[in-house]
Amino acid sequence: MSRRAGYEGVVVAAPTTIAYERYSIHDAHWWIGRALRAALAAAGARPSDVDGLCVSSFSLGADTAVGLTQHFGLSPRWLDHIPMGGACGVVALRRAARAVQAGDADLVACVAGDTNPPDSFRRQLTGFSRFATDATYPYAAAGPNGSFALLTDAYMRKHGATREDFGRLCIAQRQNALAVPHALMKRPLTMAQYLAARPIADPVALFDCVMPCAGAEAFLVMREEAARAQGLAYAQIRATIERHNAFPEDPIQQRGGWAMDRDELYAMAGTTPDGIDIFESYDDYPVIIMMQLEDLGFCAKGEAPDFVRGHDFTVTGDFPHNTSGGQLSVGQAGAAGGYLGLVEALRQLTGQALGGQVKDAATALISGFGMINYDRGLCTGAAILGRA
Amino acid sequence: MSTTRPKRNPLAPTPPALLPPVPRSRAALGLAAAAAAGRFALQRCESCGKVQYPPREICAFCLGDALRWGEVARGGTVLAATTVRISADPYFRRLMPWRTGLVRMDAGPTVVAFLHGALAAEGRARLALRLDKAGQGVILALPEEGTAAMNDDPVLRELGCAPAQRRVLITDGRAPFAAALTRAFLDAGAASVFVGIAEDWRPLPDFAALDDPRIARVPLDASDAEAVHRAAASIGGRVDILVNTTWHQRPGDILDRQDTIFSREEMEAAFFGPMRLAQSFGPAMRSLAGEAAFAPCAWVNILSVAALAPAPGFAAFAAAQAAGLSLAHSLRRELRPLRVVNALVGPLDDVWHEHVPPPKLGAIALARAIVAALEDGIEDLAIGDVAQDILARYRDDPAILLREA
Repeated sequence: MSRRAGYEGVVVAAPTTIAYERYSIHDAHWWIGRALRAALAAAGARPSDVDGLCVSSFSLGADTAVGLTQHFGLSPRWLDHIPMGGACGVVALRRAARAVQAGDADLVACVAGDTNPPDSFRRQLTGFSRFATDATYPYAAAGPNGSFALLTDAYMRKHGATREDFGRLCIAQRQNALAVPHALMKRPLTMAQYLAARPIADPVALFDCVMPCAGAEAFLVMREEAARAQGLAYAQIRATIERHNAFPEDPIQQRGGWAMDRDELYAMAGTTPDGIDIFESYDDYPVIIMMQLEDLGFCAKGEAPDFVRGHDFTVTGDFPHNTSGGQLSVGQAGAAGGYLGLVEALRQLTGQALGGQVKDAATALISGFGMINYDRGLCTGAAILGRA
Repeated sequence: MSTTRPKRNPLAPTPPALLPPVPRSRAALGLAAAAAAGRFALQRCESCGKVQYPPREICAFCLGDALRWGEVARGGTVLAATTVRISADPYFRRLMPWRTGLVRMDAGPTVVAFLHGALAAEGRARLALRLDKAGQGVILALPEEGTAAMNDDPVLRELGCAPAQRRVLITDGRAPFAAALTRAFLDAGAASVFVGIAEDWRPLPDFAALDDPRIARVPLDASDAEAVHRAAASIGGRVDILVNTTWHQRPGDILDRQDTIFSREEMEAAFFGPMRLAQSFGPAMRSLAGEAAFAPCAWVNILSVAALAPAPGFAAFAAAQAAGLSLAHSLRRELRPLRVVNALVGPLDDVWHEHVPPPKLGAIALARAIVAALEDGIEDLAIGDVAQDILARYRDDPAILLREA
C-alpha cells in the first residue's frame, strides 16, 4: 500500500450541537439548516463563505446534499453526501480534510441531522437496505435491537461477558450525561435499574438501546491559518481510517474494520493506545463498545469485559469515555449519532466541554460504526484528533 | 398442534387480520417460489458455485452475474439466538415473543431465521423454507430430528394450516374425489367437514360408507349465485379451510364439438363457480383471519394440469381449467392472509378417462396429497405421476411443452 500523506495544515473547529428532541414536527432540512447556521455563527463566517458542504441524514426524503444547496441558498464547489450512519462523522472529516488540503475547497461545513416524527423509526426500518427488506425485517422486525441482541448473545457466550459488564458502561455514560444540558436522559442510572430494565430482545434490555430522536451536529474543516485568522479554537487531525465490509468471511461479527487498520491509524498519528486521553466510541449498543476497545487495541480480543471492570469510564476516571454521555444517554438523532463523538472530542480538546471537562486532554480517539445492512455493521472508521 | 380447539368468546371483538411485511426484491421472491413448492432452495453462482444469501443480483465471491436457484444442504449451526419481545411491526407485535437467530449454513451463508423453541444456541439445526401469511418465503430453523411434539411451536403454528381441529368445507360433494377428501380430512383430525350438495334430492352414493358425526351436508350449488350467498351466510364464518372441488369434465377438442354448450358448463365449473365461491366466502374468511387460534387459513383449488398445456382430446376442458388457474393465481393475492393452495391433477381414474392409458390418479391419492400439502405448508403442487411430469416439463420450458402435445 502506498504511504498516506498526513493532514498537516488542515484543522477542525466549531463543534456544534442542536439540542435533541424526542419527536419533532420539523423536517430534517430544518435541523440540518440550524446546525449549519450555528456552526457558521460560531466561526464568524457567512453562508457565502461555505464552498464545501458535506451532509449525512436518513430523513431527507427524496433530497440529498444536492437539494440542500438550493434549499439553503449555497453554491459550493465541493459537495458530498455520506450515507454511512454511525461512521459518517469520521468519514466526513477525512474527506473534507483532503478537499481543503488539495485546495478543492477552503471552508467545508460538515453537518448531520435527522428529524423524528412518531412512527418514522419503523418506516425507516422497513426500507433500510435491500438486504434488510428481504432478510431481516420480515424476521420479527426487531430492527437493530434484534441484530445487536444476536451479536451480544454470541459475544457473551464466547467471552464470558455479563450483563453487569455492559451495565458498567451504560452507568458511566449516564454519569457523564448528567452535566450535559442537552442530554435527553438526565436521571442517574443504578446497576439495579439497569439489570431490572424491560427486556427488548434478549439479552438486550431497555438501557442497552439508544433512544431515537431529532437533532443535528456539525463542525467546520478549514486551513489552520484561516482558523487562526478568525481566532477560532481548533483541533488538529492526526490520523484517520475507514473500512467497509471488513472480514466478510467471519460467520458472525465479532470484530470490525478497525482491527484491519488500527496499526496504520496509530502509526500515522505517531502514538499508541496508551497515548489516548479520551475515547469517544460509537455506542449504539454496549457490545459494540467492547468490540471497539478490543479492535482499537486497548485490550486483546475477548478482554474488554475485564478492561471495563478494571477502569473508570467517567469524565474524571482513568479512562474517560463518551464524555458527553454518548448516544445511550444523549439520544440517537439519526445520522447525527455518527457525529456526536467527534463533536464532543472537539469540544474537549478545545476546552469547550458542555458537561465535565477532561483535565489536560491532548489526544482524543473517535470511532464510528454504521449500517447494519444485513447481519453486521459494515462501515467502520476512526480518527485521532490532537489539541492545537 | 394443540389437540383441542379452544372455545371462542362470542363477545370478544374479532381482531383485524394483519399481514407480515410484504415488500421484497424480485430476487427474494425466489424464496417464496421454492417454499410454495416445498423445496429448500437458495441462489448459487454459475461461475464459482458459491451459495448466496440474502438473495442478490451479483455473486459476492466472484462478481458472477448468473445466480441460479437450486436445492442446497439444509444443515447448519446456530451461532446466536434471541427472543424478540418488542417489535416495530404491528403483525409481529401480536405474536411477541418470538425467537430468531443467526444460523451458519453448512452450504456457506449465515442466515437470519426464525428459531424453533427447542433449538439451543451453538446447536445443530435443519433449515426449512415456509410461506408466511403474506405469502412470502421465510427461513425456519428446526431441530435436526423432527418429532410430533415439535409441531406445538408458536412459529410453526402461525405458519401452518394443518387440518387438525379445523373446520373444512368441500364445496361440491358430487365431485369425483369429494368423498375421498372428506375421509382424508376426518382422518387428519378435522373438527368438522361441511359438504356442499347441489340438488339435494339426487342420490349421493360415494358418501354412503361415510358415517361420521363431524360431517354436515350444506345446500350449495356454485352455479347459482343466490345459493352460494345463502350458504356463505349460513356457514361462511365457520370455515377455516375451503376446498373448491367444483369439477366438470367431458372429452372433446374444439372442432369435435358443434357448439359451445359443454364448454359453457366447463367454464361454469372451472371459472364462474369458483368466482362466486370466492366472492361470497372469501370476504368472510379473510375478515376472520386475524383470530388468535384456528383462524381461517386456507383456500384449496383443485385444477387439471391441462391448465398448463392442453391435453389432446380435452382441449375445451383445458381452456376452462386455464381460466380457473388464472383466477386461482389472483385469489392468492386477494385472499391474503389465507393460503391459496393450487393442486394440479392428472387424468382421474374415472369413466371419462377409460380410454386414456395409465397412470391415472385415484381419489384417495389425490385426497391424501391435499391434506399433506396443508400440513407441510405447500402452496403449489402437482399430484400424481402425469401431473408431476407435465409440471416438470413446464418448469423446464413452457414453450417446448406446448409443442409436445
